[in-house]
Amino acid sequence: MNIEAIGAALGLEVKCGRESLGKNVTGGYTGDLLSDVMGNAKEGYIWITRQVHQNIVAVASLKELAGIILINACEPARETLEKAEAEKIPILVSDLPAFELSGRIYNLLTSGS
Amino acid sequence: MGETKANLYSESFQIEGGNFNSAGIVSTSIKSILKKLGIPGDIVRKAAIVSYEAEINVVSYAKKAVVNLTVKPGAVLIDVIDEGQGIPNIDLAMQEGYSTADHRIREMGFGAGMGLCNIKNYSDDFHIASEVGKGTHLKMTIQTPST
Repeated sequence: MNIEAIGAALGLEVKCGRESLGKNVTGGYTGDLLSDVMGNAKEGYIWITRQVHQNIVAVASLKELAGIILINACEPARETLEKAEAEKIPILVSDLPAFELSGRIYNLLTSGS
Repeated sequence: MGETKANLYSESFQIEGGNFNSAGIVSTSIKSILKKLGIPGDIVRKAAIVSYEAEINVVSYAKKAVVNLTVKPGAVLIDVIDEGQGIPNIDLAMQEGYSTADHRIREMGFGAGMGLCNIKNYSDDFHIASEVGKGTHLKMTIQTPST
């Protein structure tokens, strides 16, 4: 399943990185501690977080994550969007809190659709 | 600019302490250099993780640092030598969850006491030396399949 399909299924707002929405999502990781994500997320994962500053782009790019989804309708900082656009990292926004969003994405990724 | 001679590459980078906006630039450069040199993806990712964590430590705690990247047959070496406050108790600093980060650093999601653990876990060989009031030296080695 790619990010575009996840976005469509959950009504997420795409903020940037549209050209990379076709990336296949191999799993997900939820967390706001950057070293936790650095150490434990895997290539191709979607990252669910409430951090909005530009350092999330470096983490996503270095770890080759599929993209970032911000929870609770958090707005990414302007520098974050600029960096993400340059690095071709999709950032999407959900109204849901982390627990619910993670659960829904988990179901999507494991339902075999 | 780095120099390449048969299977060998070295380059130095500078990191400015306190500047969170530029955090990640050096590790991103290291990653793209290693990719261009044809280093396997899993090794490039390990190098990216350890150099990013080291970079964040410099930005968080030091005044500045020099990063030396050396690629030689069989290994990628990353040396980070900073000028800064140093670490009074390395055993404590190496403990997962231990951190001296202030509120500002933690608010950004750094300072969780996991950085040095990540460096240790993702390096094949890791040495740390520090002098209080002077700075800290990290030496990280990641093995590559020898050709």
